[in-house]
Amino acid sequence: MDEVPMIQLLNPEGERVSNSEYESSLTPSEILGLYRDMAIIRRLCNEATSLQRQGQLALWAPVQGQEAAQIGAGHALAANDFSFPSYREHGIAWKRGVPPLDWLRLFRGVTMGGWDPVKYRHSNPTIVIGNQALNAVGYAMGIQRDAADEAVMTFFGDGGSSQGDIHEACVFAGVFNAPVVFFIQNNHWAISEPTIRQTRIPLFHRASGYGFPGVRVDGNDVLAVYEVTKRALDNARSGNGPSLIEAFTYRMGAHTTSDDPTRYRLEAELETWRLRDPLERVKSYLVRSHNEQQSTFDDIAAEADQMALDLREGLLSLPDPAPLSMFDHVYAEPHPFIEAGRRELIDLGFGGDA
Amino acid sequence: MTTENLTMAKAINEGLRGAMEKDSKVMLIGEDIGKLGGVFRVTDGLQKDFGELRVVDAPLAESGIVGAAVGLAMRGYRPVCEIQFDGFVYPAFDQIVSQVAKQHARSGGVYKMALVIRIPFEGGIGAIEHHSESPESYFAHTAGLRVYSPTNAYDAYWMIQEAIASDDPVIFCEPKSRYWEKAEVDRETPARPATEAQIRRAGSDVTVVTYGASVKTCLRAAQAAEGEGRQLEVIDLRSISPVDYPTLAASVEKTGRVIVVSEAPPVASVAGDIAATLSEMCFYSLRAPIVRVSGYHVPYPPSRIEEEYLPNVDRILDAVDRVMEFES
Repeated sequence: MDEVPMIQLLNPEGERVSNSEYESSLTPSEILGLYRDMAIIRRLCNEATSLQRQGQLALWAPVQGQEAAQIGAGHALAANDFSFPSYREHGIAWKRGVPPLDWLRLFRGVTMGGWDPVKYRHSNPTIVIGNQALNAVGYAMGIQRDAADEAVMTFFGDGGSSQGDIHEACVFAGVFNAPVVFFIQNNHWAISEPTIRQTRIPLFHRASGYGFPGVRVDGNDVLAVYEVTKRALDNARSGNGPSLIEAFTYRMGAHTTSDDPTRYRLEAELETWRLRDPLERVKSYLVRSHNEQQSTFDDIAAEADQMALDLREGLLSLPDPAPLSMFDHVYAEPHPFIEAGRRELIDLGFGGDA
Repeated sequence: MTTENLTMAKAINEGLRGAMEKDSKVMLIGEDIGKLGGVFRVTDGLQKDFGELRVVDAPLAESGIVGAAVGLAMRGYRPVCEIQFDGFVYPAFDQIVSQVAKQHARSGGVYKMALVIRIPFEGGIGAIEHHSESPESYFAHTAGLRVYSPTNAYDAYWMIQEAIASDDPVIFCEPKSRYWEKAEVDRETPARPATEAQIRRAGSDVTVVTYGASVKTCLRAAQAAEGEGRQLEVIDLRSISPVDYPTLAASVEKTGRVIVVSEAPPVASVAGDIAATLSEMCFYSLRAPIVRVSGYHVPYPPSRIEEEYLPNVDRILDAVDRVMEFES
């Protein structure tokens, strides 16, 4: 399945390659901007991992290796579009403007969400695998009814592709011609299970069974991911219906900080993918083809370091929620069971002045 | 020497191994249960020893896991499904309540739904959303299912084997916060049948009915209450459906006071049903209303405030005060 051709505009050596269907529309400074995005989320993600190791987060789901897939896709989203992530889409959250500290709240155990999904037009993380795709399709059906110039993109992985919810989401999207893009990050591993445990055919081939186009893109090539996603979203917005993108990428780190990949995968495989690193190829390209100076990259690294420091400080000063907050927002309207629970907790001495 | 000091996780592992050695129809299916040995390592080493046909790493699809287990059971296999975390069982809910629970009745007893669905359940481990839930009431509510929950390694070793040998489907709820607690496991003397509740501590003042992770909490509360001169009788249900009411009623007739403790939210819950049933059975013995100590009617909260959500010693003792001080 690895031999199937995929859309690529920048090869692992950082050389531009031509493609008969797509060409890059990005200027060198835009490409540098995408490099900066990727460098920042990699740095912030590493900071989050060490915060977890230091007991400051309950858990963390690293994004390392998938930066191009997420930054390329996130860059293609228009301001009015809406995105539905799983729990690893820190790069999409970044592109939607969600403050990095908000990505961490869920993993620190101070909230179940983390941010205002409507403000950022980016839904809260979905941990139950695949659920969000159906919600994304429903949102897209609303866009159709409003005749709005918007599209929806939803994210899941090779593991998620096995869920019944994903199948139903694709059926609905196809039947109703909903303006939605299914963005699969095939990162090769669903915790310990390789992609062959989820599918016998390349995942993008599944789209044809639902009656809409599917494409495989080099998920470590930010230029290609951006162009492929942009076209898919444009198609959705202009009434041409859903499509599926399989971004062929790799989970360089563990599934989460609770996972130990050495139990099930080989170092040699990791090494192969290190050579396809999504950041290095952009850097090589900018240096070789646009004479970008090392100082530019140093500045970005310094900026990312500072953001990591800010993230750490912000996290450490994040207060625990008040116990009574567990009763907030369970219902939109007054509810006697909630009032009873609240009174009980107050009687037990957890109420403060409430 | 037939006893060994094992964690509950290891005891279940050994119980699964025993069942697989005894009966070649026993097989396991779940996510990451093969090479990884499950996220809690409960199936560690079993794929290596029994092969990929008997320990199946399933595609990431819970409805698929349980639905396929139904078909395997129709052909005479005894599948043991692993649901990775409590909050991930709901994609399989339809298969569980519509097929697992009903196939035996629908087929006039022809299909034996001799399968087990293992679910690490309850909270207290500082986890993120969907990893700390108590879904047992949904299953106890569903006719056709048995619901068992071991609370120590010895029981776990025997109860998992009993569940697998049962011709009825068993939802096997494993209190994950107790996975790493050790106990002596006697491999020659079987534990009592799962359907018998067990008095973990005898007492004369208050009957404390509980199950899952709360058993340990209740025992700590009983110890604290003893300091105040109050004797709590702590009963571990072991089987949540059916409930061993004769054992419960005998205790209530002695104490006249009951509290029911579990992590699950209280509305339409196992704890509520036990309170109602004991009120019917023991009305003339009761000296105070039956009190529940449970989670609240809210989604399981963020882990930083889960301690305030979970039944703890203080809340149990508070309930003890209320039933002891009640005057009619």
